[in-house]
Amino acid sequence: MWQFFHKLGSPKWFYGIAGRLMPWFLVPGLLLLLTGIVWGLAFAPPDYLQGNSYRIIYIHVPTAFLAQACYVMMAAAGLVTLVWRLKLADVFVKAVAPVGAVVTFLALFTGSVWGKPTWGTWWIWDARLTSMLILLFLYFGVIALGNAIADEKSAARAVAVLVLVGVVNIPIIKYSVEWWNTLHQPATLKLTEKPSMPPEMWVPLVLSIVGLYLLFGWLACLRMQTEILHRERRARWVRELVE
Amino acid sequence: MHPVRKRRLTIVIFLLAGLGIAVGLTVYAFRQNINLFYDPTAIAAGEAPHDIVIRAGGMVEDNSVEREPNSLKVRFKVTDFKSTVLMEYDGILPDLFAEGQGVVATGRLRDDGVFVADEVLAKHDENYMPPEVAKSLKKKTGDDAAADAVKTVVTE
Repeated sequence: MWQFFHKLGSPKWFYGIAGRLMPWFLVPGLLLLLTGIVWGLAFAPPDYLQGNSYRIIYIHVPTAFLAQACYVMMAAAGLVTLVWRLKLADVFVKAVAPVGAVVTFLALFTGSVWGKPTWGTWWIWDARLTSMLILLFLYFGVIALGNAIADEKSAARAVAVLVLVGVVNIPIIKYSVEWWNTLHQPATLKLTEKPSMPPEMWVPLVLSIVGLYLLFGWLACLRMQTEILHRERRARWVRELVE
Repeated sequence: MHPVRKRRLTIVIFLLAGLGIAVGLTVYAFRQNINLFYDPTAIAAGEAPHDIVIRAGGMVEDNSVEREPNSLKVRFKVTDFKSTVLMEYDGILPDLFAEGQGVVATGRLRDDGVFVADEVLAKHDENYMPPEVAKSLKKKTGDDAAADAVKTVVTE
């Protein structure tokens, strides 16, 4: 166990592992995401109240889930950076922060597009929407801070602290719809209860969520490889690899 | 675990716990401001200020929607199943507006307790189902004929 953990500290070792893992993320991820989205958008039954406009859920919910999951993973990596000073943890944060920002933006955008025909407004400052916007700014902050500090080690620590501080926003996003009156409805998919939609609606939704998570894994491996190559550009094994 | 790492871990955990408590208390103190709207119970209890633009929300009560002929004026009752508020609105309602569905309205509370809305937004719940399922559910409850009749009046 600990040996594995210390092996993780070796960028060269991880570079090889990531390369071998990538197809296992990419192929099932693409298949699941395509199946889920095509099934959801074209074949799932319409909603009794919203008709076809509810179908944006098949893009909105996966991106919103990933936006939060990505941040939690970054926070875990931030903890590893602060306590164990593992270089790879910082590589992970740096590699996935832009991905998280993009999916957060997509979640906000699709939510806005969904809000106009159903609620009657593009945007409202309710707790769920506002905390999600804060998450987007946290991602921007992490990206900016990481680029603003030239020294790699101090940048890693500063970013780790910011990521950890921002993690308090995650439970706020999750429980905002229960703690306060919001326009946003409570969660449809819950880990502890049966989903409040029939299987022909939630199965494609779960497929696209799992598919997007797998694709995230693929993209994380790819971006981490690039970051490792950049950081280790003076190492012999990278030079040999490039030649 | 190495003592240095253990110390770092303790520091991080304490910092996070402290931060969590601080944010939790702040958010708790601001709960009135974070709430998007007043519910009918809060309005009935006199918590909502009069003649200031506020939001009020709840469920549109069944059989309470009255439309004025030849205008867009509409009156309806909003309930949270404990208290109700009478609302007046002059404008186009969102497509999802219906009896038994949620609304959030922006407007002012008049001294006679009527809420005059400038904007009405529809609030839908987390339940999704195909139309056939919704229909058979309605049949079971038995009041589908009445509800349908009102719905057609409203959509006309």
